[in-house]
Amino acid sequence: MTLSSDSSVVGSARVKRGLADMLRGGVIMDVVNPEQAKVAEDAGAVAVMALERVPSDIRRDGGVARMSDPQMIQEIQATVTIPVMAKARIGHFAEAQILQALDVDYIDESEVLTPADEENHIDKWGFTVPFVCGATNLGEALRRIGEGACLIRSKGEAGTGNVVEAVRHLRTINAQMRRLASADEAELYRLAKDLQAPLPLVLEVAQTGALPVPMFCAGGISTPADASLVMQLGAQAVFVGSGIFKSEDPERMARAIVEATTHFQDAAVVAKVSTGLGAAMRGAEVATLEQRLAERGW
Amino acid sequence: MVAASVGVLALQGDVREHVAVLTGLGAEVIAVRTEQQLAAVAGLVIPGGESTTIARLLETSGMRALLGERLRDGLPVLGTCAGLILLSRSIVDGRDDQWSFATIDVDVRRNGFGRQIASFETTVDVDGVGEVPGVFIRAPKIESWSESVTVLATHDHGTGPTPVLVRQGAAWGCSFHPELTNNSAIHELFLATI
Repeated sequence: MTLSSDSSVVGSARVKRGLADMLRGGVIMDVVNPEQAKVAEDAGAVAVMALERVPSDIRRDGGVARMSDPQMIQEIQATVTIPVMAKARIGHFAEAQILQALDVDYIDESEVLTPADEENHIDKWGFTVPFVCGATNLGEALRRIGEGACLIRSKGEAGTGNVVEAVRHLRTINAQMRRLASADEAELYRLAKDLQAPLPLVLEVAQTGALPVPMFCAGGISTPADASLVMQLGAQAVFVGSGIFKSEDPERMARAIVEATTHFQDAAVVAKVSTGLGAAMRGAEVATLEQRLAERGW
Repeated sequence: MVAASVGVLALQGDVREHVAVLTGLGAEVIAVRTEQQLAAVAGLVIPGGESTTIARLLETSGMRALLGERLRDGLPVLGTCAGLILLSRSIVDGRDDQWSFATIDVDVRRNGFGRQIASFETTVDVDGVGEVPGVFIRAPKIESWSESVTVLATHDHGTGPTPVLVRQGAAWGCSFHPELTNNSAIHELFLATI
C-alpha cells in the first residue's frame, strides 16, 4: 500500500479484491487482437484477457508460451473501455513487473503459459495491481491467497472446450470448504496440514464457509449451458478462452454466453440464447491430452 | 424501517454487497432481473460493475424502456460507480455508442481517476452525515453538473475538488462504493427517501 499526498491509499486489499467484486456475474474473454477485443466489449464482456494465442492454439503449436508483446496489450487497452487483464508465467515476477508498468488492470499468473519457476509462485503482496490465480483444490486456492492473490479461478483444462475439469475443480473446492465448515475446531489444524494451506486462512474459511476472495471459473467453458452449469455450481463469473473465437459464430456465441451467465438460474433464457448458435469449438477429450495444463502450479 | 421493497439491479456487478447492506437496515430487498420484478419495486439500487455490460443486459432483458419510464416518473434510485454512469446525462471517454438514462444532470468521465492501479481508498466528508470511507475502483469522475444537482460530498485528488456524491430529486449518484465498507450511512439516507 502507498500513501499519496492527499492521504488516499492505493493497492489496498480492498481495492484489489474490490475490482474482482465488480466483475461478478460477468464474462471475461480471451482476445488476441483489438478487433476481437471490440467484439468482446460489444457482446457485454466485463473484461478482456489480452494474449498472443488462445489456449487451444498454444496446445497445438507447442513451444514456450510467454507474456504477450506489450504493443499488443497497449493496442487492446486503447480499443476498449473495460478492464484489460494479461498473463504472466508462474513465478515470473519480472513479467508481472512489466505488466504492472503497462497499467494492466489484473495480472493472471497462469498455468496456460510455460512456468518460469517450478517451486515458487510470484510474491503478489508487493504489487499494486491485483492478481488472479488458478486452483484445482482448496489447498492450492488458499496457498495462492496466502501469496496475495485477490481472485481465484478454478483451473479446469484450458484449450479443450471440455468442461469436465472445471466441474471437478469447482466441486472439489466446494466440498473441501463444506468439510472445513463442519469440522470440529480441533480438527482444523490437521485439515490445514492435509490441505497444505496457511492455518489463518483455513480458520477463516471454516468460520465463513467461503473463500476470502471471489471465486470465478475457467478452463473448457464453450457454450451458454456450460456457463450456466458452472455458475450454478458456485462460480461467481466465468473466463472463456478458446470457446468464443474458436466457435463458428464468435459474436453470437459471445453474446449468448454473457446472457447465460447473468440469467443462469433461468433455463428459459439459457434455452433461448442457445438456439441456432452454430457449432461450438470442436474440443478435446481430456484423457487424450499430452499436456495437462492444470498440473502446472504448486 | 421500510415496508416497501427495494430492488437491486442484479444483471452484473457487486449485487450481493448492496443486498446485504439494505437487508441489514431492515429493507425488504428484491434482486431485479426481469421487467415484472422492476415493476414491483418502490426504489432501486444500480450497483457497481461494468457500465457497458449492464447497459447491454438492460437491453437484452427488455428492461431498458421500463426503467427509463420509471426513472422519469421519479423512482427513487441510487447508482454507485457504474450505476452513476448509467444515471448521468453524458459520458466522456466511454464507447462511442454508450447511452445513459440522463436522470442526473452530470457529465462523467469513465475511469476518470485512472485505471485499476490508481484505484484508491480515502475518507469522504458527506453533508449532514460526517466522514465515511470512500472506496474508488476505476471510478467515474463528475466533470460538470447543472445547478439542479445538489453536491453532498467532494474529493480532491490533486486536481481540485470534484463531486463524488450527488442528488437530484429522487436520484442519488455516487462515484465510490459505500457497499464495500461496513458504513451504511449513504444507504440509510437513500432508504429514508423511499
